[in-house]
Amino acid sequence: MTSTSPPDIDEYRRTARAWLESRTAGLPPDPGLDDARAFMADLYDAGYSGITWPVEYGGQGLSAAEERAFQQAASDFTLPVGVFGIGLGMCGPTLLSIGTEEQKRRYLPPLLRGEEIWCQMFSEPGAGSDVASLQTRAVRDGDHWVVNGQKVWTSVARQADRGLLIARTDPDVPKHQGITMFVIDMHDPGVTVRPLRDMTGESHFNEIFFDDVRVPAENVVGEVNGGWSAAVTTLLHERVSIGMGAARTERPASFAALRRAAAERGLLADPAVRERLVDLYLRERAFDLLNAKMSQEVKAGIQPGARGSVVKLLLADLTLDGADAASEILGPDTVAHDDEGRIARALAWGPGMALGGGTNEIMRNIIGDRVLGLPREPQVDRAVPFKDLKVGTQAKEADR
Amino acid sequence: MRLIPTEEQRDLAAAVRAFLADHAPMAEVRRVAESDASYDARLWERLSGELGLAGLIVPEEYGGSGAGHADLAAALEELGAALTPSPLLATVLATGALLASGDGAAAKDLLPGIASGATVATFTVPVPGDPRARLRDGALHGTAPRVLNGADAGLVVVAAATGEGDSPLGLFAVEGDAAGLTRTPLNVLDLTRPQARLDFDGVPARRIGPGDAGEAVARALDLAAVALAAEQLGGMRRCLDAIVEYAKLRVQFGRYVGSFQGVKHRLADMHCVLEQAEAVARHAAWAADEAPGELPVAAAFAQSYLGRAYFQVARDHLLLHGGIGFTWEHDAHLYYKRAKGDELLLGAPRHHRARLAERLGLLV
Repeated sequence: MTSTSPPDIDEYRRTARAWLESRTAGLPPDPGLDDARAFMADLYDAGYSGITWPVEYGGQGLSAAEERAFQQAASDFTLPVGVFGIGLGMCGPTLLSIGTEEQKRRYLPPLLRGEEIWCQMFSEPGAGSDVASLQTRAVRDGDHWVVNGQKVWTSVARQADRGLLIARTDPDVPKHQGITMFVIDMHDPGVTVRPLRDMTGESHFNEIFFDDVRVPAENVVGEVNGGWSAAVTTLLHERVSIGMGAARTERPASFAALRRAAAERGLLADPAVRERLVDLYLRERAFDLLNAKMSQEVKAGIQPGARGSVVKLLLADLTLDGADAASEILGPDTVAHDDEGRIARALAWGPGMALGGGTNEIMRNIIGDRVLGLPREPQVDRAVPFKDLKVGTQAKEADR
Repeated sequence: MRLIPTEEQRDLAAAVRAFLADHAPMAEVRRVAESDASYDARLWERLSGELGLAGLIVPEEYGGSGAGHADLAAALEELGAALTPSPLLATVLATGALLASGDGAAAKDLLPGIASGATVATFTVPVPGDPRARLRDGALHGTAPRVLNGADAGLVVVAAATGEGDSPLGLFAVEGDAAGLTRTPLNVLDLTRPQARLDFDGVPARRIGPGDAGEAVARALDLAAVALAAEQLGGMRRCLDAIVEYAKLRVQFGRYVGSFQGVKHRLADMHCVLEQAEAVARHAAWAADEAPGELPVAAAFAQSYLGRAYFQVARDHLLLHGGIGFTWEHDAHLYYKRAKGDELLLGAPRHHRARLAERLGLLV
């Protein structure tokens, strides 16, 4: 890893900004998949893809300082790289830390060049908060593994070329010890991707069905039956990226927008409306200042670690409360409308933030266990072979 | 804006923390609180002398060290955490009012005594709806109903109406032992923080600052809000630390109580509130030093947020202790009472929220 002196970092940031300015100027207003791939390829050629990743796997081999400088420059632009986010933010880093040499050489360069899109397949209908109780099976057959089962809540699965899967490879041992991580070819005929219509009426996620999918043994990531620790690494990347990233996106029911809307309708004379607006301001402003404080800490070398869960939990509450406040203040028109229905959309979106990437209850467990260092709950399933556990909502015959 | 302490501020906080642990531990806090004295004179001498806290924000030309409000906040966090009975907050409020008045002559006469710790000063915080002291025939009449350290302050900075009816507020300096001034100590819920009613019956007073001191009084109130928020933040942090420690020790039903989600999740929520409160209080202190234009909103916001937040955290910290938290012997009630007293010290929560609403442009 090379490091760059401070004046050179400013120069690096300026150059990156200039490049982004000229490259994003030609983008269509609503970039499609081809635009995204072309953009990613150009980003790679310009040397801004995989800034901290090793050179031998297509990266630039630079330090976190350059990465940060690029992120600072990029924060003023809307880049069409969302479809690559899971690959670059979660799958790639997982392969970098525990993948084989061959896997890194095979998979990382095309990911950085935008040639291959990745997804992540962990959650199942019976394994939400408790992902380790997953039931998708992978059975060894010669130099292959045969996969059967179902995954859910998978983003970008329809566009994805590859994905990281965790599956049950040994049901005779306790649940955390019998899981293995695989690289899956999403174009395999045994892989069926179905859009999952969520409560917004749209399909932002997918269900995936595996029907005798044959996976070569060399696609195992990390150790056989060592997939849980790999998955934990991947999920930690997710929590940080959801909390910190989402804070920058515009809130449809912000204090400023609601104050304006309330003023336009002459509602500010109502003390109840003012009270509700003050409540929302308190939450929103406190959250924004906490975010600002945490980024100052990061710059000062204090890593947020598990405190990312604080941001995620507060953002979830704020998102729900903002939509709720908007409907209370602006009244019935928000849910029976003949316009684009921004508030109705926000109401339907709200629960997603409180459920995706870990429920509020799971966030509180993480804060309690890892930030405050409280004693963990006794775990009744730690030492029981998976095949003897109750899983999801499917009680065992003996219990009925 | 700066939301994390500087190295100097961390050093100052560590020095104050160590000093208070040695010289004002909880046993000492209780001794003073249950005595007739409102503070320990020797401790105050050392806080103002050795540690220089009384003169921290007093400009150097008036005998202080000319530090900023964020520096002062770092020290106040520690006093708030330790519940130290001292006239520091009262003195800081009076200093803020004197500086806000812009009256150079008064500053020259009055601030050096405050900075050295020789003069204990206080400020009569005007709260909406309260009766008011009034200037009549060149002397003060009327009442200031609740004045922090009012019974023992040598100098009282009074915000009083300058005439009849809705006349503008002026600032006045009154000596603690002035003729015509009656000081009646009040029974206070928070024994670590004495208050008194001051009745003025033709009390001679020195006018400070302009005839209409409305702006100076507003700034003094904002600075008071900032200083109090720092104390509240420190108290809140100490409460959460204490209950987290206890939840790791106390066993019921064969388990540490901190392992129950019913307890753990409340502690997690308290931690979230603390993280936000820290950002809010530091932002207000930063605005007091660096962004006067942002101070009115930041200060009203700080009290609207911190007052409630500290009381809720102090209350839950007491409740989560279980029965022991209801005993006189346990410290939990001292924090609970301090948090409630603090929440109301500068006016009711609705007053802070009303100021915030006004400053956010919600009043039409």
